[in-house]
Amino acid sequence: MTQDRFPPVTQLAMASLALIVAGGIYLSSHIPQHVPLTPAILLLALSMLLLGLNLAWLTRARDFAWGRFFRVARWAFVAYAVIAGMIEYAFLQNHVRGGVLVVLTLSLVVFAVHVPTLIGFTVARFDSP
Amino acid sequence: MTGVAIPHEAAPPAAVGHPPLEIPEFRIISPVGLAISGVLLVLLIVAIAVNKLWPLTFFHVAGGAAWTIVDLFLGLILGPILGRLSPQARVEMTARLMPKMVILMPTVVTLTLASGWQLASKTGTLLSSYPQHGWIVASFIVVGVMAVLALGLLEPANIAVLFELKKRRPRPEVIEGLMKRFIYCAGILGLMQVATLVIMTKLASS
Repeated sequence: MTQDRFPPVTQLAMASLALIVAGGIYLSSHIPQHVPLTPAILLLALSMLLLGLNLAWLTRARDFAWGRFFRVARWAFVAYAVIAGMIEYAFLQNHVRGGVLVVLTLSLVVFAVHVPTLIGFTVARFDSP
Repeated sequence: MTGVAIPHEAAPPAAVGHPPLEIPEFRIISPVGLAISGVLLVLLIVAIAVNKLWPLTFFHVAGGAAWTIVDLFLGLILGPILGRLSPQARVEMTARLMPKMVILMPTVVTLTLASGWQLASKTGTLLSSYPQHGWIVASFIVVGVMAVLALGLLEPANIAVLFELKKRRPRPEVIEGLMKRFIYCAGILGLMQVATLVIMTKLASS
């Protein structure tokens, strides 16, 4: 395996996903009570930071098959955008509103960007540039 | 069989001296599978929109059963068998199984979770005032851990192994590594599904 010459994209992506999942569990376990948003916002901010770090680190990767990465990540993004859209639809159907909706929507954006990035990376890292 | 032959020099050490591996023709994404998945997702949207108990229960129970069975079967039964097959049999099995998994798993997971969320909202089991709320939160945690494993390790490995098999000269060591990751991950998910079964049967009987 040729993993060593690339940044730890998988590890960072899994940590980022774990943070938004934790935020989602925190929010949904308090329904319908009023819930302080600060912990969820902190988890989301950390998750977004990891996403940014991952993308920045990945752009510096040498000998990376960018063509393959974008071909795979683009289609994966379409698929995960549909899934994220369905989850958002379920939130709206259940009258989730205000700050909670903003946090959950941004979490879905992280999900819909990070998972395709990870899929594209996993495929491209075994390809020739 | 029409397929791509892996030449001797690309074969793993164990396969040296054996005939070159034949990779059967396959599509990474089956149009038929994609169409079936699309129809199911549309039905799910309708079920959530009409918000009736029966369709929501149907999608949650049927999707959850399919998800649990596939994870348990793959991780605890098929995985160990796959590891003991000959390289040729393993490649054929992988080339035929993995394209189906690419569509099947995201579909059943989406069906189960979206209908489950709506069902819980409708029946009030989502509320923190629900007497078994602790069990509901436990199910969130189990599903959350499973989602991170599936999205972070399982799904990327699934897709990467298919792209590797599509190459003119696939590298057996890459396929082996990715398949190991896929099967171990499926095994862990299978064990976590036992926890899901415990929680769901507890909730259903309370």
